[in-house]
Amino acid sequence: MSAQIKDPSRSSYYVDGDFYRTLIERFGDWQDDERIVNDHIARDMFRSLLEREARLLDQHRYEDWLRMFTPECVYWAPGRPDGGDPRTEIAVIFDDRRRLEDRVFRLRTGYAWSQAPRSRTVRLVTNVEVFSTADANRRMVRANFLISEFWDDETRRLSGWCGYNLQHAVDGWLIQAKQINLIDCDQCIRNPSILL
Amino acid sequence: MSGFETREAQKPGRTTSAYDWDFLVQDDRVHRSIYADPEIFAAEMTHIFGKTWVYIAHESEVAKPNDFVTRKLGLRPVIVVRDSDGRLRVLYNRCTHRGTTLCRQERGSARNFQCPYHGWNFGNNGKLRGVPWPDGYTQDIRDERFNLAQVPRVQSYRGFIFATLNMDAPDLLNWLGPITRPIDEWLDRNPGGKIVVCEANRFKYKGNWKLAYDNSSDGYHVIYSHRSLIETENRMTAEPNKGMAYYKNSPDSLAMYVQYMGNGHHFKDKRPNLQPRQGGLWALESLHPGMEYYESEFRSRYGERADSLLDLAGSEPVNINIFPNLSLLGNHIQVFEPVSVNETNAVWYGTRIEDVNGDIGDALEGINALRMRTQEGFPNFGEVDDLANFEQIQRGLDCLEDEWIYMNRGYGLPDRIKHNADGTISGPATDEVFMREYIKEWKRLMSGPAHLTIQREP
Ligand code: FES
Ligand SMILES: [Fe+2]
Repeated sequence: MSAQIKDPSRSSYYVDGDFYRTLIERFGDWQDDERIVNDHIARDMFRSLLEREARLLDQHRYEDWLRMFTPECVYWAPGRPDGGDPRTEIAVIFDDRRRLEDRVFRLRTGYAWSQAPRSRTVRLVTNVEVFSTADANRRMVRANFLISEFWDDETRRLSGWCGYNLQHAVDGWLIQAKQINLIDCDQCIRNPSILL
Repeated sequence: MSGFETREAQKPGRTTSAYDWDFLVQDDRVHRSIYADPEIFAAEMTHIFGKTWVYIAHESEVAKPNDFVTRKLGLRPVIVVRDSDGRLRVLYNRCTHRGTTLCRQERGSARNFQCPYHGWNFGNNGKLRGVPWPDGYTQDIRDERFNLAQVPRVQSYRGFIFATLNMDAPDLLNWLGPITRPIDEWLDRNPGGKIVVCEANRFKYKGNWKLAYDNSSDGYHVIYSHRSLIETENRMTAEPNKGMAYYKNSPDSLAMYVQYMGNGHHFKDKRPNLQPRQGGLWALESLHPGMEYYESEFRSRYGERADSLLDLAGSEPVNINIFPNLSLLGNHIQVFEPVSVNETNAVWYGTRIEDVNGDIGDALEGINALRMRTQEGFPNFGEVDDLANFEQIQRGLDCLEDEWIYMNRGYGLPDRIKHNADGTISGPATDEVFMREYIKEWKRLMSGPAHLTIQREP
C-alpha cells in the first residue's frame, strides 16, 4: 500500500483486531495507585494539556483540537459504565481518525440542524491524575469533567470522567486514545451532538 | 391461556367519545392537538399502548430462565422476565402491598423480586411467596389478589416480544400480517435468521412520540434533514454514491417505494435501488472505522466469500415500522417510548450476529466489529438532526390558531398510489400515503372503546 492510501484521514487500516485488543487492555486495569506520577511538574504539564483541549472545544477550534491527537487515534464514549467491548457492543461514540474528522466536517457544513444554532459550552476539567505505563513514552491520564452546555433555551450539564492514553511525539504529547465516560452513558440523552 | 384462572376487567377508563375524531384526523391533514393535547396523550396510554400489541423487548435480552429487563408498557413500569420455567412474562413492576416498584435494575437475573419497602417477596412468575410477620393479617396473604398483576397476552414473533392488555386483540401473527415478509427478510439475511441485541444509542427529545413514527417511513425529509450527513458521507467522492445519496435528484423516479402494510404498519424499501449482487450493501456503506483493513483482510483470506461476509456488516436499506413503537432499519431495532405528550425516548438497539451454522468461523469478530461501527454512524450523524427537527415541530404546534399538520404529499394524484392484491398500498418513496393510512388506524383505536385486562397467577 502506498503512503497515500494508508493516510488515516482517508482510509482506515489501523483499526484491526490488535488495535481493539490493545485498546481494551490499556483501558482495563490502569488506574493503579502504584503507578501514579507524583511529580508536580509532570502533572501540571498534563493538566495544561487538558485545559487547552477544553478551551479549544469551547472556542469551536475543532481543527486545532484535531491536531492534539495522533494520526492513528480513537475517540471513544462507551455505552456502558464499565467500558464494555467495542467489538461486540455498540458504543455511544467510537471514532477513528477519519470518522472524528467526519464529525468536525459535519459540524462545519452549516446543515447540522442539531447544532444550528450551535451550543455554547464551558468545560471544567479537574481531578487530574497521571499514571505511568511500561513504556516511558506513554502515559495514562484520568480527569473528571463537567460541561455546562447552553442550547435551545436550556443550560444542561454533561458530566463524567475521561481516560486518556497519551503518546510522546517529536512535538510533545499527543492523545492516542480518549475514552469519555459519561455518567449517564446508558441512559437517553437529549441532543448529544457536541464534541466531548 | 394456561396458568391463569381469573381475569380482572378494569372499569372503563377515561372516555374518548368527547372528541370529534373525524375533525381531528382528516384525509390529508391532522389537527395539532393529536400531538399537543395532554388528555389525548393520556388516552393513548390505554387506547394505543394497552389496546394494541406493543413491542416490549427482544428475546436475546432475556435468553435464559430468570433473565429480566425492566421496560415500560406505555407509562406502566413492567418487568419482562423469562420465569424459572422458561416462560416469558410481562409483570407489572408494582408491589401489590402499597404500590412501589419492586425491581429497580435495568436488567439482571432473579428468581424472586423482593420489595425494598416492607419486604414482600414475589417469585418471577408473579406469585407472592411470603411477607414479613404474616400473622399480622386477618386475610389470607396467599389470596391471588396479592400476586403481581401481569400483562395477559405476551407473544413473540421470531424473537420480538409483544404484549397487549386487550383480550380481544387479534392473534399477533394476524395483527402483523404482511409486514412479516420484510421482517423475515431482514432476519434471514443473518446467519440462522438470528440477531442478538448488543447495547444501544439512546436519545430523548422534547416532542410527541408520533413525530418519530411519522418520520419512520418518510422519504421526503432525507435530503434536507440529513443534508449534513449526506455531505459528510460523500466528502471524499466527486460523485456522491454513499449512504442515502440516492435521494438526490429525483427520488420518486427510483425503484425504491413506500408501502402501507395494514394495522398501522408501514415499510420503506430502498433495496431495489441497489445492485442485486453480493457486496452491493457493502459498496453503499459510508466510511467507518476499520473498513479498509477488514475488507482487504477478508478479500485475501476468503476470496469470493468476502463480499457476502462484508454485507453482514452493511446496513440493510429498509425501514420496517411496526405500529406503534418499533422500527427495524439498517441493523437497528429502534423503539419509541412515550414519556409525556411532549417527551419521547428513542432507543436504537444495536444487533450483532452469531455463527449459528458454523460457517463464519474466524471472520466473526471482524464482521461484528465492523457491524458495530456501521451502526454507530447514523444515530451520531443523522438521527440527532431529525430529533432537533421533531423538537421544533413540537414548538411550532404552540401556534394555537394555525391548527393543521399536512400529510398530503401524493394525495389525490391519479396513478401515484397502487392498491395491491394483498390489501397493502404502495407509492413512491417520498409519498406521505403511509402517514395518511396509519393515522386512520390510530383514529380507529382512539375512537373505539378500550377494555383492558390484567391477570394474576391463581
Ligand atoms: S410496598 Fe411492597 S412490601 Fe410494602
Ligand atoms: Fe431521518
